[in-house]
Amino acid sequence: MERDHALELVAVEKRFTRKRGSEVVALAGVSLQVRRGEVVGILGPNGSGKSTLVRVVSTLILPDAGSVRVFGADALRHPRAAQRMMNRVSVEASFFKKLSAWENLMYSAKFYGVTTNEARPRIGDILEGVGFDVKRAHEPMEHLSRGMQQKVALARALLTSPMLMLLDEPTTGLDPRSKKDVQAVIERIRSEHDASILLCTHDMDEAESLCDRVGIMVNGQIVELDEPTALKRRYQKNGRLPNLEEVFMAVTGSSFSDAEERESAEAAA
Amino acid sequence: MHQTLTPRRATWLNELIAAWGFVQRNYYLTKRYFMWELVWFVYSAANAMSIGFIGVGVERSEAGQDVQRLTTFLLIGALLWSYLSMLFDILSETVSWERWEGTIEYTFMSPASRATHLIGTSIYAVIYGIIRTVIMFALISLFFDLELQGANYTSALVVLAIASISLVGFGMVTAVMPLLSPEKGQQVTMIFGSLLLLISGIYYPVDVLPGWMQAIATISPVTYALEGVRGALLDGENVSTLWPSIWPLLVMGAICVPLGLWVFHLGERYAKRTGRLKRSG
Repeated sequence: MERDHALELVAVEKRFTRKRGSEVVALAGVSLQVRRGEVVGILGPNGSGKSTLVRVVSTLILPDAGSVRVFGADALRHPRAAQRMMNRVSVEASFFKKLSAWENLMYSAKFYGVTTNEARPRIGDILEGVGFDVKRAHEPMEHLSRGMQQKVALARALLTSPMLMLLDEPTTGLDPRSKKDVQAVIERIRSEHDASILLCTHDMDEAESLCDRVGIMVNGQIVELDEPTALKRRYQKNGRLPNLEEVFMAVTGSSFSDAEERESAEAAA
Repeated sequence: MHQTLTPRRATWLNELIAAWGFVQRNYYLTKRYFMWELVWFVYSAANAMSIGFIGVGVERSEAGQDVQRLTTFLLIGALLWSYLSMLFDILSETVSWERWEGTIEYTFMSPASRATHLIGTSIYAVIYGIIRTVIMFALISLFFDLELQGANYTSALVVLAIASISLVGFGMVTAVMPLLSPEKGQQVTMIFGSLLLLISGIYYPVDVLPGWMQAIATISPVTYALEGVRGALLDGENVSTLWPSIWPLLVMGAICVPLGLWVFHLGERYAKRTGRLKRSG
């Protein structure tokens, strides 16, 4: 493992057994490296294995095989060493909805050893930094829009100073303005410090604009991984550079929406 | 935007800060759900009082039944059960709650150890439970003529403190149920709690139970907690004379807490292997 790798997955496999006994392959030998300071996007339809991938890295799912290292720390054997260095923002901003943003941030920072005195001055700064109206920090989370809740989720992650950020569809379901705001925060995280980011998304434009490299994930496998421009060049036809949607079609043999429908139908079966 | 915020600290200090985080979280939740807390307080107080009035309503029997003593006996049972069951419930309810809200994933991916997580939550339950019980006791005392002239409050608190440890261990074991299935898990926890209520002699001496139930009562920490606290409050017994109630509680505490942590660890491993930690609700 090279020390300049923020994240290294080698041959990670995960299968889930359904109630009727059949098996679903969620991850089929995934290998991936994220270099320090790099933003790697994983593009895939719903059910392709993106969330399982993020949960395996987050130590929330134990893989059947393979290894996961975060800045050299073995996340499977020594999870707490890896956990100190990362945080995650998922599609659902999970909070105690009756508590305020301030309260949710204050207690959760302590799980990472951040005291009240250390957190208090930072919460305001970070909330402001993510474009959250600080005056609303003491309102219950249930009074906030989804976009605002997602900004608080980003603040929760940033408050613990993670070296590796795991972003699992952070903009899915947001209105266009909130989506732009959240993407701008991700852009700033990327440009203003050396946090490495693994971003899972099914938004082609988001992947292209935010990521240094983009991987295409289907059926639990990363079938392509390269810089967006390199991917486009690889699949160009008649001298015309395709967009990422066309790259996806060329790689998988089906359109993104078809793949999404198929994966969803398989998941429901 | 990003800078190193946390100074490097010894692991034990980080765990202490995290434990305080769990206490703070549950305090915030109590504050936000204050009306519900008030409802439960009134309900529990009314329940204890109604049981106390059963004692008052009993005429002195031919055998010379001491009504004042019986009333005190019943109220101690009701108050202690209110405290111990709350302690026991808070752990499993908090896990259920975390599953419903989806925050359990964020708790589990934090570097705070599971012991810190569960013990931090338990510390809050003990502090809150004691404050609540003391207020309830003071309130109820206004309505009854209790036999507490020779009460040894220090011994009662010692027994209560030791009993709390084993109940926390029991709570950890049952908290694994809602971890695996929030809805069904909560139901199993309630059944477990009601069995403790039945066999532990809350409102009657254990020796009125059938033989097989009395055998089960010997492994319930609530049985010894009640014996000890009643001995201290009704008969003014000190810690050394209460030893027959204290030592089983110490043994159960020494077994139940590590057992609870181990069972919860197994449950967590299973949940992580089968992908059950996703938001439920």
